[in-house]
Amino acid sequence: MNILPAGSAAPDFTLHSTPDQTVSLSEFRARNVILAFYPADWSPVCGDQLSLYNELLEEFGKYDAQLLAISVDGAWSHAALSRDRKYHFPLLSDFEPKGAVARKYGVYDEKDGIAGRALFVIDREGVIRWSFLSPMGVNPGADGILKALKSLGTAKEMAG
Amino acid sequence: MYGQSPELATPVSAEDHIQGPASAVVTLVEYGDYQCPACGMAYPEVKRLQREFGTNLRFVFRNFPLTEVHPLARPAAEVAEAASLLHRFWPMHDWLYEHQEEWSAYGGEALEAGLRQVGLDEAKVTQMLRRPGIDARIQADFMGGVRSGVNGTPCFFLDGYRVDGGMEELEYAIPQRIEGR
Repeated sequence: MNILPAGSAAPDFTLHSTPDQTVSLSEFRARNVILAFYPADWSPVCGDQLSLYNELLEEFGKYDAQLLAISVDGAWSHAALSRDRKYHFPLLSDFEPKGAVARKYGVYDEKDGIAGRALFVIDREGVIRWSFLSPMGVNPGADGILKALKSLGTAKEMAG
Repeated sequence: MYGQSPELATPVSAEDHIQGPASAVVTLVEYGDYQCPACGMAYPEVKRLQREFGTNLRFVFRNFPLTEVHPLARPAAEVAEAASLLHRFWPMHDWLYEHQEEWSAYGGEALEAGLRQVGLDEAKVTQMLRRPGIDARIQADFMGGVRSGVNGTPCFFLDGYRVDGGMEELEYAIPQRIEGR
């Protein structure tokens, strides 16, 4: 895996967020975006990681940042997981062609056919400002995301 | 291992819930959620470590409720913080973990039964629950945890560094640090 480093332009994508809706990265220009690639729906570590981010949506909002989580699972699996865990952010399905977006970001695990556990903070201009690849079994937490967002400034500071 | 682990962003202070002397050799900080089953399982293990290492070990508990997955985690944390204002934090904390399955299944009423069992006056607790400091306290614990790299619950920090190897690592690392002082 060769994760896209800070300073790279974030490749655009359009992926299903539900069986009948899609989301494109370009819709979030003018906002910051947190991309969280994760290996699989329903695996315990992912659950914890996304549940933690789910508690932090308000905090991310202070930095005008939208969280998007991505795995290769299908939209129906995402819908069930999201309902079960009460997630309030989109889970995107990098399903067809499988892992194409994860490949563009350099975080696809060819051997296991899943996305690596990778985080990106993308600024309002669509530039990656921070990226991080965590070992598969290790939940990276949220401190790195918050540090990166802090360096981009809060929504208030940007408006002022 | 230690050098690379995330570091506790909020040092232990008099504001914390602490068991054990300030002179203890080792300080163990837990970020926990009262409704989290894994925290429930860690609870007797922490007690065992405390018994084993006695005054050499100082234990600190901080709130880290994951409220969307555990809808009663926050009310339980509020009750424990209210109990703290009435100087009964640890009895309430212990009761919550020792009866986790019961109140998790039965909800608010079962929490009230807990108050009575640890000898707290419900009216006084209700009065304490209205204090804005309680919310602020839980939120401060939570965000301090996030900044420290808490990535799930329970999350332990030994002498300021996150422990990723669970109980096994604690059992190995605590005596090592005590012997190596």
